[in-house]
Amino acid sequence: MKSRLRPGRVLAWLALAAFILITLFPFWWMVRTALTPAADIYTDNAGLLPRHPTLINFSRILGLVSEERARAAGGSGARIDFAGYLLNSVIYCGVIAVVQTLFCAMAGYAFARLRFPGRDLVFGIVIAALMVPPIFTLLPNFILVKDLGLINTMAGMVAPTVLMTPFAVFFLRQFFLSLPREVEEAAILDGSGPWGIFWRVALPMSRGPLITIGITTTVWAWKDYLWPLLVGRGEDNRLVTVALGVFLQQSPNTQPDWTGLMAASTLSVLPVLVLLILMGKRLVQSLNFTGNK
Amino acid sequence: MQIRGGDGGEMRVKRRRDDRRAAWWFLAPVLLGFAVFYGYPAARGVWYSLTDYSMLNTPSYVGAENYAKLASDGQFWNALLVTAWYVVLNIGSQTLLALGVATLLHRLTRSVVLRATLLLPWLVPNVTVGLLWMWLLDTNLGFVNHLLAVFDAGPVGFFTDQTWAMPSIAAINTWAYTGYTALLLYAGMLQIPQYLYEGAAIDGAGEWRMFRGITLPLLRPVLALVLVVSLIGSFQIFDTVAVTTKGGPVSATRVIYYYIYQQAFTYFHMGYAAAAAICLALILGVLTAVQMRLLRASRSDLA
Repeated sequence: MKSRLRPGRVLAWLALAAFILITLFPFWWMVRTALTPAADIYTDNAGLLPRHPTLINFSRILGLVSEERARAAGGSGARIDFAGYLLNSVIYCGVIAVVQTLFCAMAGYAFARLRFPGRDLVFGIVIAALMVPPIFTLLPNFILVKDLGLINTMAGMVAPTVLMTPFAVFFLRQFFLSLPREVEEAAILDGSGPWGIFWRVALPMSRGPLITIGITTTVWAWKDYLWPLLVGRGEDNRLVTVALGVFLQQSPNTQPDWTGLMAASTLSVLPVLVLLILMGKRLVQSLNFTGNK
Repeated sequence: MQIRGGDGGEMRVKRRRDDRRAAWWFLAPVLLGFAVFYGYPAARGVWYSLTDYSMLNTPSYVGAENYAKLASDGQFWNALLVTAWYVVLNIGSQTLLALGVATLLHRLTRSVVLRATLLLPWLVPNVTVGLLWMWLLDTNLGFVNHLLAVFDAGPVGFFTDQTWAMPSIAAINTWAYTGYTALLLYAGMLQIPQYLYEGAAIDGAGEWRMFRGITLPLLRPVLALVLVVSLIGSFQIFDTVAVTTKGGPVSATRVIYYYIYQQAFTYFHMGYAAAAAICLALILGVLTAVQMRLLRASRSDLA
């Protein structure tokens, strides 16, 4: 029977390998193009390795070379500073992930453990927002942020998501419900109030789920495009995603500046790649966790 | 609240009184965020949809006029149709592929490294994914057209040809989200008891029969849930279109999100855009409800 299975298994592995190849090849091609001099783009665009590898595309989009040199290397002459955009994106994701996770943990704990009138009703209303598609609140939120004078500020960009998302509240409440009560009860007998129990008992016991929701929030924030495009178009607060879109439109000729664009794309992938390498196991396991809910 | 022990009753009363005050502090940031950025804008959105508003004037009430205009707006219906076409292409290919990949993974390996690798495209911003594939699919210099040339085919204008533009965008997003979807399905498959497969193997069942007889029926609840989530996500496609085709050529890829975006921020028809957004919200609401019922109906399969 084993021998009957073996050819099938080999085929199955081959199919899986083919899928992984298709998954990874575009990334290889991205890096390969980023390392190609712009002048070679018409003649050297089919081999697996660039003929004259160079780092000039990276240094010119990071603003490390003079404008003339950048233009000579294929740039449009417009000011481009991807180091700044990367920093903006990191701040944007960091602030949202940390603050949102903390506030949603507090609310999740209150909905799971504290007793107060109207608890289930309030929770139901907050969760109902899960059903509202973002476009529905996007237009009024834009007008609100505009009226508050927060266009082109980091505050305006993080405002709608920094305090809460319904999903994070829901997810963390589910987790706190599953925590054993005994430890908290011991803390109550020691005279701790709800606040003390939350900080000293419940939070330290929930490191795993907090990190999970924090990473998930970071990934989604890293991918954000439409909202930062509307609110953070200005140079000072521009995120990597918005900058990539602007970069594409700044093309000098009809042909986009592909080598520069691929260098910029590589920079936009690098941070999530690091996240995947450091946190891959937890990310993969978090899918088990949320996927079965 | 169950507090055991002699003085439990007294403690319970004390805690209940204390909690009410504490709860407000615990909930304050989230309730503020909910009220200002979910509740208030939702109400405001409904109001805008009943007004003529360009962001420069003060909104003036026009009743159901925006909705009446939408009903006879060919571009709006075209946007819905184009979106539906995208959803069919994207969800169809993505779900089938993901099911295949998940099954292969499940029957072959438990490797975490492999699973993490499959997740990489999902971690990348849609904007980057769009750029990457614009380059790979470029008519003159793109790798894919080089490949086609080897087989004496092409070149194909993947984003410039009206028939190819939408399938290209659907394929790109299938590339980006299949790994993620496969991992969700794989997680569901891990819940299926292993002894079922062992028993079937002893009975001489082949892999295909195991898939049809065990995996598929027992996976149905998870599959339904994954379908709901990806369907709702798929309806809201924007980033890829905004980067690659901007709704063109002609209006072959002007999906509903992009249509609403243009109405609001290119033409400043805020009231009209709000009405269109409400229509989309209703469609998504109905879809969610239908899928939830499907989900409940299929739950009986998991004994």
